[in-house]
Amino acid sequence: MKPKVVQYLDRGELPLKEGEALALYRAMRRARFFDEKALTLQRQGRLGVYAPFMGQEAAQVGVALALGEGDWVVPSYRESALLLARGLPIHVLILYWRAHPGGWRFPEEVRAVNPYIPIATQIPQAVGLALAGRYRGADWVVATSIGDGGTSEGDFHEGLNFAAVFNAPVLFLVQNNGYAISVPRSRQMRVDFVARRAEGYGIPGVVVDGNDAVAVYLEARKAVERVRKGEGPTLLEALTYRLAPHTTSDDPSRYRTREEEEAWRSKDPILRLGKALEAAGLWGGDAEEALLRELEEEFARELALADQAPEPSPEMIVEHVYKEMGPDQKRAWEALRQGKHVEELW
Amino acid sequence: MVAEKARVLNLVQAINEALDLALARDERVLVFGEDVGRLGGVFRVTEGLQAKYGEGRVFDTPLAESGILGLAIGLAMGGMRPVAEIQFAGFLYPALDQILSHLGRWRHRSRGRVGLPVVVRAPYGGGVHTPEQHADSPEALLAHAPGVKVVIPSSPERAKGLLLAAIEDEDPVFFLEAIKLYRGARAEVPEGYYTLPLGRARVVREGGAATLIGYGGMVEVMLEAAEVAAREGVEVMVVDLETLVPLDEDTLLEAVRETGRAVVVYEAMRTGGFGAEIAARIAEGAIDYLQAPVVRVAGYDAPYPPFSAIEHHYRPSARRVLAALRRVLTY
Ligand SMILES: Cc1ncc(C[n+]2csc(CCOP(=O)(O)OP(=O)(O)O)c2C)c(N)n1
Repeated sequence: MKPKVVQYLDRGELPLKEGEALALYRAMRRARFFDEKALTLQRQGRLGVYAPFMGQEAAQVGVALALGEGDWVVPSYRESALLLARGLPIHVLILYWRAHPGGWRFPEEVRAVNPYIPIATQIPQAVGLALAGRYRGADWVVATSIGDGGTSEGDFHEGLNFAAVFNAPVLFLVQNNGYAISVPRSRQMRVDFVARRAEGYGIPGVVVDGNDAVAVYLEARKAVERVRKGEGPTLLEALTYRLAPHTTSDDPSRYRTREEEEAWRSKDPILRLGKALEAAGLWGGDAEEALLRELEEEFARELALADQAPEPSPEMIVEHVYKEMGPDQKRAWEALRQGKHVEELW
Repeated sequence: MVAEKARVLNLVQAINEALDLALARDERVLVFGEDVGRLGGVFRVTEGLQAKYGEGRVFDTPLAESGILGLAIGLAMGGMRPVAEIQFAGFLYPALDQILSHLGRWRHRSRGRVGLPVVVRAPYGGGVHTPEQHADSPEALLAHAPGVKVVIPSSPERAKGLLLAAIEDEDPVFFLEAIKLYRGARAEVPEGYYTLPLGRARVVREGGAATLIGYGGMVEVMLEAAEVAAREGVEVMVVDLETLVPLDEDTLLEAVRETGRAVVVYEAMRTGGFGAEIAARIAEGAIDYLQAPVVRVAGYDAPYPPFSAIEHHYRPSARRVLAALRRVLTY
């Protein structure tokens, strides 16, 4: 039997409070604004390799807004929208994508673990973090995220099983965008939905229309409540699409068609929620323009902040490898600080 | 068996050509990994091979390195000759269990009955501003696994012949390709099928003052340093190890005995890196000839910096090699 795909938009429903609906829309719009700017900066050589999320805003923002302040997020590398919605300042995110040390330490209050580059390694760790909360009497929930490709890795399966066995308070978000770089879902798994695998671990698996912010948000909120009550982990699969390339070094024309991209463009999560808001009389007139102006100003301020970050200095290479530098790091640090290399100090 | 004609190719093209020839020559050869099929690999090393040989012989796997290595082991047990790609050497870590517990042990465990002719190709090393963990050089980890060979070519024409030899080899071979050389190195590459022996180091420049020893992406750095030194009247020898396991100790020791001074260059973390092995072999086999301590030029004892603006301080440069050279010359 096909799992039901939860969906609300395009049916004339908007089962949300006005504030919630607007918060979702603004957070998605702000994330998209960032994504577009980031691509431009990358092309100008002012950002390193960047992984765009365009099209996946609803999945990320929907989950971010369903969480409480004390909850944690353990994201993957494509989760800039989730991090922004979680309150990560834009200039820190810019520095992160500049591979600048200033972007490698997220402010404590954001409660986000830096994304990792190796796929799926964060999954068992998220389970550990969730259990730590339980040991320490905190009721934090951990939301962790992965792509459909990442669910092939062993760590994904070990993490889900651990979470189930320990009844850990974790929400697993799978952003199923159909591809792992070039490899389509059908080459990644034989099941039609990742969420089916949840049953194998004895936990609920829910499939949502990942381009429907309302569906993601409401399902994520339900799951978070369940998780917080101690009823155990949930796997939430958001069906979505990455409109941009895998990263700025990728060429998607080698593995997907224009028609496919266009079809998904028409399901753009921002347009869809925007239409629903307009129909409900919550958006329209010059609201969009005013928002964009606001975002433009914010971005300019934040970019200036990022640009002011001092150039990293060579000795940073050997800092923070250990709590206290060992003799090898100390010698290297001294050399690098003097603008030399360790060979020149002897 | 070297064909007469040669063309200038880069490392990507040379390796692609080797894979093409191996697929054409032996039906048991299979090429697989993440994104190697339709996309032709993130560096395009396998470009065009799926179109030519079909999805049965050149295929995308699910994203799972331990799965890829386990699959390769099983295929080899069943009589195939798998050539697996790991997208970046820094992503070999999820597969270390298969490598350390199984890949390298089978011949020994079966008392010689089962050998695994597996080749694992992976790009490694820095110098091109890749994101975090894309620049790791895990050759020492691999060299420490019993039962596997480790080959690191330094030029397109060597890479082609060495890869074909690796595919013919009856034991598992890790074939690490310096990312910096993929499009950076260009050389004349003979046409047609030819192999170059594994397990041989080679002197790529003669000189009597000191010996520089390295492999892969460091060979061009050593040659650059040697060039600068030569302009100052100091002729140094440059040795490209090419195969780390099995190590050609004879060539290595002979080269060091000739000059009495040695600098070892590698881009992994210094402590416990493969350069430490080289220095130890020199101490064991050539101590009487040494006129200065062996000096290592390596990465620092820290993760390869994800901060692209300062990564060039981590990766050994000709300037650092020259500083080390000065030290062994003035000891
Ligand atoms: C262990 C490991 N293997 C390979 C890679 C290279 N890699 C980076 S992203 C990616 C595809 C990920 O696909 P998916 O999980 O579906 O997420 P998406 O990029 O589609 O959001 C691969 C293979 C990696 N980062 N880590």
